[in-house]
Amino acid sequence: MREVAVVAFAQTRHSAVDEGLSEPELLLPVIRAVRESTGLRSFGFTCSGSCDYLAGAPFSFVSALDAIGAWPPISESHVEMDGAWALYEAWVRLQHGDIDTALVYGFGKSTQTDPYELMTLQLDPYYLAPLGLDEISYAALQARAWLDAGGDEKTMREVVRRSRAAGRANPDALDLPDPPGDESHLVEPLRPSDVAPVTDGAAAVVLAAGDRARELCERPAWITGIAHRIDPHYLGMRNLARPASAADAARAAGAGKGAIDVAELHVRYSHEEPILREALGIPDGTVVNPSGGPLAANPIMAAGLIRIGEAARRVMSGAAVRALGHATSGPCLQHNLVTVMEG
Amino acid sequence: MPSEQDAAGPSGGPLVAEHTLEFPGGYTRTTGPVIGRFLTELRDGRVVGVRTAAGRVLVPPLEYDPDTGEPVTGEYVEVGPAGTVTTWSWVHAPRPGHPLDRPFAWALIRMDGADTDLVHAVDAGNVKAMRPGLRVRPRWRAERTGHITDIACFVPEVTKIVAPIRTAYRLRPGRSLGRFLEGVRDGILLGGRCPDCDKVYLPYRISCPACGAAVDEEVRVADTGTVTTFAINNLPDPRAPQVPFVSAYILLDGADTELIGLVGGVPADRVRQGMRVRAVWLPPEERTTAMTNIRWFEPTGEPDVDLDAGRDAQGGA
Repeated sequence: MREVAVVAFAQTRHSAVDEGLSEPELLLPVIRAVRESTGLRSFGFTCSGSCDYLAGAPFSFVSALDAIGAWPPISESHVEMDGAWALYEAWVRLQHGDIDTALVYGFGKSTQTDPYELMTLQLDPYYLAPLGLDEISYAALQARAWLDAGGDEKTMREVVRRSRAAGRANPDALDLPDPPGDESHLVEPLRPSDVAPVTDGAAAVVLAAGDRARELCERPAWITGIAHRIDPHYLGMRNLARPASAADAARAAGAGKGAIDVAELHVRYSHEEPILREALGIPDGTVVNPSGGPLAANPIMAAGLIRIGEAARRVMSGAAVRALGHATSGPCLQHNLVTVMEG
Repeated sequence: MPSEQDAAGPSGGPLVAEHTLEFPGGYTRTTGPVIGRFLTELRDGRVVGVRTAAGRVLVPPLEYDPDTGEPVTGEYVEVGPAGTVTTWSWVHAPRPGHPLDRPFAWALIRMDGADTDLVHAVDAGNVKAMRPGLRVRPRWRAERTGHITDIACFVPEVTKIVAPIRTAYRLRPGRSLGRFLEGVRDGILLGGRCPDCDKVYLPYRISCPACGAAVDEEVRVADTGTVTTFAINNLPDPRAPQVPFVSAYILLDGADTELIGLVGGVPADRVRQGMRVRAVWLPPEERTTAMTNIRWFEPTGEPDVDLDAGRDAQGGA
């Protein structure tokens, strides 16, 4: 495998309200930031992750290229997925050996629609979508499955409290208060604060290979393992309390081959953190979601890429020797991507 | 972007446009043979699964075994009609797209004979009805079209019924109670004294419940007395002045047995054993031959009676 590292990461100051920026306008500052930190004007490959349904317009991702500048023609690709999968594609592309740098970005304006009902559209169109099953409802099914398998609501409350406190300390995340003690249920067993907030935001990462990475960054976050695995889509065909794909991805990425100082997990619902900790084999001593995670800021389609960026940032700063970034996609942690990075 | 650069709408606020993404009339999808078979059977009111090469029954049927990726066999198996809830969540406020417009559960349901779970709604009425292991059955739509919503929802199996019970009577009071109620109509409380036991029973009766002797002496009993015991009631009663209210055993002066009555004119937490009370009568023009002539008993303000001392003096009850 060719050595590939994260050499730059930038994200927006995420917002819980529509600040009136178009998607390219949202993206522009983070592209500028990674260009400035690497000194790169152009990249061997560019790959983005976004969801046209968030804007409700076909090929809305194409207009986002306005923030990059695509002339003369650039080598570019897009995934209708979180930017974490764009990073995976860029990593694969760098393995070809003919290019040394890649720009990856993800963005999402969730405030323009109801993102929880929007996620009904990602479901199987014959058996699930016609039921109107929304994201909070199916997440609540998984929460109940986990509770019945030995989980407890106290753990969920603690995840919310810790994530929000970390988010308040993170200038890029939302400023969310401690959840009230008497919060009523949204979809039982979930309460409003168990659900990641509606957020607008964007993020960008620069990957570089070999010596090019060493030139661009004092301490590159070398990707020593990256893998993604997927479970069957239909919720009744899998054990919701124990996502096999998350465990498989962690194994394939070699997560357990050493200590993990920091893990950034794509936790969109509080019960997902304990489920992921177990599935990924995160040791007790690991600092989990020091950024606050998606429970403190959840720009859909960027939130997974941000997990890799937040983990990489700590390796690049020297705060962590070995860090893990996790991203998820699909209903109830169906699809999981694990990236292990080392200094 | 600085806010002063934002375009302004007609009202001076930010410029906003409403936008709807829709495929008018719905999007037509072909089902293929496997899903099509399931939906066809559904239209006929049956739930079928498909058997995999490994022998498992997938419900709803998928084209490929999720464990192996191999195509499933062509063998369809009728399952249910009942199933068991394995996992559930409870929707307190249904969304417009949800299958029910009142609080309901989403559930994974293991249909009898299936090896995987079906996702659907359960109309359970109350979150307290939901639990893993709950047995449910489909509630079919009358008009079915071959759609997953041909099952409107699932409903719990029958485990209890509510039986209506109501019987009407016409009651006559009998001679002794009739005599007593005539007194009540006139604002008088009549007891009867047993010639052998020398006890005054209230209400009036024509035989002694202790010795069986005939009672023929009517005794007028006072409408003042002493609370011997009481209960605080927290359920509303049309006869009571408020909630909570007090019902009490009252030993009327001159009687040896207690009468049950309400206590009013005093907060419930101030009522006590030994408290002296007096009947509050309806005005004479409103009185009938019924105990409702006494609205309730209210405190007289006299000192409390030591019930134990009184009982000793009377030789016990």
